Amino acid sequence: MRKVAILPAVLVGCSVASAQETLPKTASAPPEQAASSGPESRMKALEEQVHTLTKQVALLRDELKALRDAKAQDTASQGHFLVASTRAEPGTLPGILAGVAPNAPEPTPQVAQTQTLGGATSNAKLLNPDISLIGDFIGTAGHNDVSPSRSLELHESEVGFQAIIDPYARADAFFSFGEEGVNVEEAYVTFTSLPAGLLLKVGKMRADFGKVNTIHNHALPYIDRPLATNDLVGGEDGIDDAGLSLARFLPAPKNWFLEGTAQVFRGDSSTVFAANRREDVSVVGHLRGYTDLSDSTNLDLGISYSRGHSNLGSDFGSGFLTNLYGADATLRWKPLRRAIYKSFLFRTELFWSGRDQLSPLNVFETQHAFGMYSSAEYRLNRRWTVGGRFDRSGRATNANLTDTGFSGMVTYWPSEFSQIRGQYRFGHLALTKPGDFSNANEFLFQFLFVMGAHGAHPF
Amino acid sequence: MYSSNLRTRAAALIAALALLYAVIGPPPVHAAGKIQVMTATTDLAALTREVGGDKIEVESIARGYQDPHFVDAKPSFLLKLKHADLLIVVGLELEIGWLPPLITQSTNPKIQVGAPGYFDASRFARILEIPTGQVTRAEGDVHPLGNPHYWLDPENGLRIAKGITDKLSEMRPSEAAYFAQRYADFEQRIKQADQRWLAEMKPYAGRKIVTYHRSWPNFAEHFHLYVVGYVEPRPGIPPSPQHTVELIGQMKRDNIRVICVEPYFDLKTPNAIGRETGAQVVVLMPSVGGEKEITDYFKLFDYDIAKLRQAFDATH
Repeated sequence: MRKVAILPAVLVGCSVASAQETLPKTASAPPEQAASSGPESRMKALEEQVHTLTKQVALLRDELKALRDAKAQDTASQGHFLVASTRAEPGTLPGILAGVAPNAPEPTPQVAQTQTLGGATSNAKLLNPDISLIGDFIGTAGHNDVSPSRSLELHESEVGFQAIIDPYARADAFFSFGEEGVNVEEAYVTFTSLPAGLLLKVGKMRADFGKVNTIHNHALPYIDRPLATNDLVGGEDGIDDAGLSLARFLPAPKNWFLEGTAQVFRGDSSTVFAANRREDVSVVGHLRGYTDLSDSTNLDLGISYSRGHSNLGSDFGSGFLTNLYGADATLRWKPLRRAIYKSFLFRTELFWSGRDQLSPLNVFETQHAFGMYSSAEYRLNRRWTVGGRFDRSGRATNANLTDTGFSGMVTYWPSEFSQIRGQYRFGHLALTKPGDFSNANEFLFQFLFVMGAHGAHPF
Repeated sequence: MYSSNLRTRAAALIAALALLYAVIGPPPVHAAGKIQVMTATTDLAALTREVGGDKIEVESIARGYQDPHFVDAKPSFLLKLKHADLLIVVGLELEIGWLPPLITQSTNPKIQVGAPGYFDASRFARILEIPTGQVTRAEGDVHPLGNPHYWLDPENGLRIAKGITDKLSEMRPSEAAYFAQRYADFEQRIKQADQRWLAEMKPYAGRKIVTYHRSWPNFAEHFHLYVVGYVEPRPGIPPSPQHTVELIGQMKRDNIRVICVEPYFDLKTPNAIGRETGAQVVVLMPSVGGEKEITDYFKLFDYDIAKLRQAFDATH
């Protein structure tokens, strides 16, 4: 491919050079003759000069055409990767093609009518993965006795590498550099060409449990995660583990999209699952249903199940298991003609946790806790989004302790590649004794910035 | 303890196997022998229809009145992509924000990037505004590979149609003659139409215009117009007061009387500029299907040229 780009460039270069060599000779010769005689002969000389120049132009044009044909054959035989690099300012008058035949489209339309003038330097890096870095800076002010956070922090810098591996697979890796160290947030290979419509992912990944668990911090519409995530589903990292994921579209009623996902993980996920032995794997199952209510409105529903061992060890009877159930619903509205100015999203997620543990009296028990959140966001215009969220959740280890909270968010988008967000958060947070509460009033702000490759917009 | 291990393992196995078992059904049945084509935009669908005729079925993901940079990767598209034999994309990173996840999740090996059923139309078109030198986002949401709005030049339309013809013939050699004949017919009609369009636009050759986004370089070049300013200060950056004031000054100085706006942009700023400068604001359609009457590639140019001429005439 490189040959394709360079060869014509060199040839064009040579022909231009030879033209420059010949042109001055013919151009400088006639004036000498002209100087020796009267105006008539000078006119004649000039005519001659014009004549020679016309010939020269015709010659050059033929040469160029020959070159272009040669290039056409060359590129056609290569089959792929046509280097089409034309440098032209917007609105400049047409080049060779339209100049020669302004009324007729070029007869060999397959070929880009181009001459390479610089550029194409990125070709050398073509096989590098798409690299991006997303910085997430968070500041917090106010008062929170139960789960205080730092006043100012570069919460994380997420480095992403994404590439197509071979004709059968692509890979995505995200490393998050936080204040306390580096974490492989996700790194997995996706096999896209399996039979029977199966999609296999292998590596470390955020489990397909509900919605918020699958979303990276920077893609959330709020600065923090819902209370239910922290109380029941492992906190910020959630269920994020090494394992395998198999998904497939399922037969569905008309106008519905159904997808089933089954995942098996080692069983180590923050505070929610712990693998004490090799056989303590955790599983996640997810069923998603989606339908377009209209061009601009759609409904996205899901149910999830997960099961794994808790961090209480494996030396008691049948071990300590945690069962998690989830249900999620999302309603989106985005008018297609004004998609960048107006949109609305409502989402609610419910979580049920059943956690085996020992009661204070050392009796085996299963704590059943429930948590939920509902959030809404509305895009006011191209740059401003407002939103709110209501949270309520019991604690996984003690369902009698219930946290409640609500938040209001405002986001400003200077461009697609940066966001500035403010969030007011109120929390009515349980203390260690049932019935004791502490109120938290906090103001959070966040700066997000994106470097490098343009990532896909989350949906 | 032993029974627990077994139970967990069994649960894992059952979860995975149940899914496998439940879903391996008969392969999807396609409409009788037609090549199933999905395109990223309506223009590519229109061109495919021209050469594919009744041997294909084609559908576009984006609508004609939608900003092709910002399309939601809705799962409903996955079902369509899953059954596609051919996916035709604009390329040059126009769809980078939404198409890659759709392709990956489609579980359709035929249309994965680089597979025979993945067709990047930009490879066949004349591309303008390829940045040289350093490319940074200080220039806004620049497209490092060149301006992706290249289909708005009938010559590029013909080139793309040729590429699609060759691809369809390669996929269905038995119908190659049919596609070639449809292409020849399209070529003749587009050449005739182009002569008419050029003649219609000839009185306005050399006119300067302002557009909202950089969607029109190929169109402007073909019809001999000069795009000398943009309502957006940089691609993808919403209008700013300072830039708007500068633009108004420039338009007054250069006597620019026409502002072209894509249908998915807000008209507030263009209208304000129009009031200030006496310029006409005209909503041009960058894609087939932008308005109901724009049902094919020819009507797209018919519509835009008629609108432009009206606007030019109204200002003089």
